[in-house]
Amino acid sequence: MTPRVVFPNRVLPYLLVAPQLAITLVFFYWPAAQALYQSMLKEDPFGLKSKFVWFDNFKKVLADPNYLHSIKVTVVFSVATAAVAMIAALLLAVMAEKVVRSKGLYRTLLIWPYAVAPAIAGMLFLFLFNPSIGSLAILLRKMGIAWDPVLNGTDAMILLVAAASWKQISYNFLFFVAGLQAIPKTLIEAAAIDGAKEVKRFWTIVFPLLAPTTFFLLVINTTYAFFDTFGIVHAVTGGGPGKATETLVYKVYNDGFVNLILGSSAAQSVILMIIVIALTAIQFRYVERKVHYG
Amino acid sequence: MSFRGLAAGVAATVVLCTTTSAFAVTQISWWHAMTGANAEVVDKIAKDFNASQKDYELVPVFKGTYPEALNAGIAAFRAKQAPDILQVFDVGTGVMMAAEGAVKPVADVLTESGAQFDKGQYLPGIVAYYSKPDGTMLSFPYNSSSPILYYNKDIFQKAGLDVNTPPKTWNEVWEAAKKIKSSGAAACGYTSTWLTWIHTENFAAWNNVSWATQQNGLAGGDVELKINAPLYVNHFQALADLAKDGTFKYGGRTSEAKQLFLAGECGILTESSGGLGDIVKSGMNYGIGQLPYDSDAPGAPQNTTPGGASLWVFGGKSEEQYKGVAAFFTYLSKTEVQEYLHQKSGYLPVTLAAYEATKKSGFYEKNPGRETPILQMMGKAPTDNSKGVRLPNLPQVRDIQNEEYEKMLAGQQTAQQALDNAVSRGNAAIKEALGN
Repeated sequence: MTPRVVFPNRVLPYLLVAPQLAITLVFFYWPAAQALYQSMLKEDPFGLKSKFVWFDNFKKVLADPNYLHSIKVTVVFSVATAAVAMIAALLLAVMAEKVVRSKGLYRTLLIWPYAVAPAIAGMLFLFLFNPSIGSLAILLRKMGIAWDPVLNGTDAMILLVAAASWKQISYNFLFFVAGLQAIPKTLIEAAAIDGAKEVKRFWTIVFPLLAPTTFFLLVINTTYAFFDTFGIVHAVTGGGPGKATETLVYKVYNDGFVNLILGSSAAQSVILMIIVIALTAIQFRYVERKVHYG
Repeated sequence: MSFRGLAAGVAATVVLCTTTSAFAVTQISWWHAMTGANAEVVDKIAKDFNASQKDYELVPVFKGTYPEALNAGIAAFRAKQAPDILQVFDVGTGVMMAAEGAVKPVADVLTESGAQFDKGQYLPGIVAYYSKPDGTMLSFPYNSSSPILYYNKDIFQKAGLDVNTPPKTWNEVWEAAKKIKSSGAAACGYTSTWLTWIHTENFAAWNNVSWATQQNGLAGGDVELKINAPLYVNHFQALADLAKDGTFKYGGRTSEAKQLFLAGECGILTESSGGLGDIVKSGMNYGIGQLPYDSDAPGAPQNTTPGGASLWVFGGKSEEQYKGVAAFFTYLSKTEVQEYLHQKSGYLPVTLAAYEATKKSGFYEKNPGRETPILQMMGKAPTDNSKGVRLPNLPQVRDIQNEEYEKMLAGQQTAQQALDNAVSRGNAAIKEALGN
């Protein structure tokens, strides 16, 4: 029998949660409702003439080949970023685990890039790979690679993925290190005694036991690549060349703030909102549940 | 509880603000997008204006980049908190014009407040751009610039070109660029900022070819782009061909290419006259020429069109505020103020008197090239093709053009395909924007 805690006062509990509710209402629900309302309007930038058009904006957005192209760009970008960031981080984490001396120093240094703001990370890579002044671009050209992210869409995408994943590697690294430390040494030692070589031990013991961490990071990295990379895209490519690197989030900004097509931009942000809700649901349903074992 | 307190605080502040301003001078707010040296010019002008009279206080507020300032103004208008004066860049002109009822024409502001207003005192090329088809001046030209040609004299020397004769036509530019490249004087011959503004909009005006129907959109209504005419196709095909071996190098959609010129990578650059400051600062041995024209175009060169920004006045303000705005614009039109603005910021003077005074002072002898953009714009009376371009969604149409140009320069399509696509996609976007 658990003792039941009873509040005799009927008003106090509501008062206590009121500030939190107020913040949520004002900063989350109100703007979200505004976006939803705006997404069904067709109006000029100044709001002088507006017309309620129900789902016209959504129909137009979903029928727009540029939007479909943008979805493709976002998927390619997100998958590539998540893959690069996670594989590199896992490699670094496994290597850092094997270091015997000054382990802490290596770890600290590897975590640093996480503190860099996305736009700054973008600028760093922009300078490194700038076709005319970038030191790495000059190196690439000396190797005989025609590097031109200003005109070549693939090069621009590679540059973006490099900048976006570089920033995320430290975060992933942190989680992988924690995940590795949670794996019992006895299991690995037992496998070693049975004659399993290092690679074999990694794939049959370490990697499966890291699965919850990996899955968690997959969700986090996808969300990051989807929604947190605006600053990088804005600083590095501005969505170009052509529309080669225009992600969904960047398109919302471009259509709304540059081109002033508010209805379409609002409809796109509502679609993004739905994607976020779906991703969060997946995370809660699968990740939170399965994260405990080992 | 806290809400009530907050509300009371807000109410008190509002009351306080309104009462103080009723007792004291009328405040005129001016939202702008000027940075660096140009921001200092804004502050100095505001300070001097405030010192020159007692009735009004001009308060300049920096609101970010041009698009950010425009968005801030629009958002403020929607929240019924619009500033009195908003600085809007050239491409935003169509957006502001389409917002009849949100803005008050500058001509009305000036005449209604009883200020002396003579349109003839302003440079015609600039005023035409900021006027309605019937000639009503809608906004006050604050900072105007025009594209010109810069060249690196050291690179010209190395390539065996005449350092004192900049290329005049595009064909001459292509030849000079090829020579620079083949002689090894520089890695690339020619580069340009703003392909939309310089190679499309100004290309149309300077060569007197139509950019779009309805006087390039200035007359309003159903506008259709005309930029896939043969003259444009030939021009862009030449650029695309030169881009193949790097004789022409693309820098980016806005002014990124300036870096290529400053780094000595390219020998020739076409850029805004407003970009002169950075080139002077770099200490390079540069020369200036007029924007090149197409030798196949009859009547070229015609005149170039202004870029930069103008000041818009929002509607729905009190009479007292409009009087203050009018007083400020009258002050801004003064010869000595315009002279200061022109010589300090590098933008063009907007009054003829300021231009004459600057000329007389010998400024242009000491600073050759500063006069070039003015001469370009004043050379001939503007035609229907050369008053500038205007669309309710020019930023979007420019984006479309940039995308097609980039695909063309990357070798994915010919100039004809690029321009055809730019026209059909652009027309669809214009139709959509007008359908509001």
